[in-house]
Amino acid sequence: MAMAAAVPKRIVKNREYTEVWSQEVANEIVEKTGIEERRFVDENTCSSDLCFAATEKLIADNNINKEEIELLVFISQTPDYRMPATSVILQHRLGLPNNTIAFDIVLGCSAFLYGLSVVFSLMGKSGLKKALLLDGETRSKVYSPRDRRNAFLFGDGGVAALIERDLKFGKSTFSLNSDGSRADLIMIPAGGYRHMSSAETVVEKVIDEFGNMRSDEQGYMRGGDVFNFVIREIPRDIINTLAFTEKAIDDFDYVVFHQANNFINSYIAKKMKLDTTKIPSTIEKFGNTSSVSVPITIVSELKGKLDGKKELLMSAFGVGMTWATGIVPFVDCKISDIIEVENGQAV
Amino acid sequence: MQKFIELLKEALEREDEVRMEDNFREYDEWSSIAYLSIIAFMDDQYDTQVEEADFKKLKTVQDLYNACTNK
Repeated sequence: MAMAAAVPKRIVKNREYTEVWSQEVANEIVEKTGIEERRFVDENTCSSDLCFAATEKLIADNNINKEEIELLVFISQTPDYRMPATSVILQHRLGLPNNTIAFDIVLGCSAFLYGLSVVFSLMGKSGLKKALLLDGETRSKVYSPRDRRNAFLFGDGGVAALIERDLKFGKSTFSLNSDGSRADLIMIPAGGYRHMSSAETVVEKVIDEFGNMRSDEQGYMRGGDVFNFVIREIPRDIINTLAFTEKAIDDFDYVVFHQANNFINSYIAKKMKLDTTKIPSTIEKFGNTSSVSVPITIVSELKGKLDGKKELLMSAFGVGMTWATGIVPFVDCKISDIIEVENGQAV
Repeated sequence: MQKFIELLKEALEREDEVRMEDNFREYDEWSSIAYLSIIAFMDDQYDTQVEEADFKKLKTVQDLYNACTNK
């Protein structure tokens, strides 16, 4: 297995995010969320460009023969187009053979774990040997900079993972869950087919008594309800998955959480009495990158630390709501340096 | 009730007095993270969850206390 990541070159420092907000508000939010800075794409860069750059780096660093790639899965909720699937566009851009199986997964924050499970299953069943799992998000284009509750949280990034089938890796276990009764906790209300785009849906409106503004085509999040959901479901799912595999939390070398905010992760770590030295974090420098946050945390913080066999427990949760726990052995995982992208190209 | 007041002061990071009739949203220390801290101790100490829509209806410290203790 090998991994690479690409982020936009532009750094947005939250303490300097004062075009709309006062210095006082900016400082307070940084203190409370732990998010110092994020990366924002320019208008010429999409999630696919971040993943393309990460994949080219992955291929170069690992001498991958493109003819041997049999499967490409692209994870994103910020695709290039509504149609066609971005994975197919990437198949062409990367110069992969036409018999490459290519499709998108559109799911949100837990999608990388869902994606790993899907790719592992497909490979196992069909005898495939090499796959690329790409995950990219440009959440900076989704939320309104005038909505205080979301303006400081989200960032952009893209990752590429090479997955190979080999007995040496051993068994992985995934717990994948969904609760559509909470579909309205995190949502972009318009722009799909339930409420189609119109002149009204793109207009930013004041949406609460504090003067926060967003349009119906920008995302919202009910923070309190999301937090309630996370503290109830996530520890329980981790405990159930551990019981199923007959492992204990101390058996793991690293525990990687979705990077939603410091507060949630600290609370879960405290509630489950986790060893915080085993829990890497990238919220400070990338913010919440949705499904990219688990893999980008691995690339950013575990480079050089995954030689030999390492047991990782990953936990991700979010929009849907969906949540997932993954227990995956990493064997000699080679991680590339993170690269930067501007105007759609690696720089 | 004393324990509740202590937990609330900790969640708010407030050292000044907390009275049952206070409107907690008017405290200087009130913020969206204070809100999450309150949800956290309600879950952890009182095994109580309050949906955001219902939480909006809670106004005073007394209301919060009632939510934790009358289940």
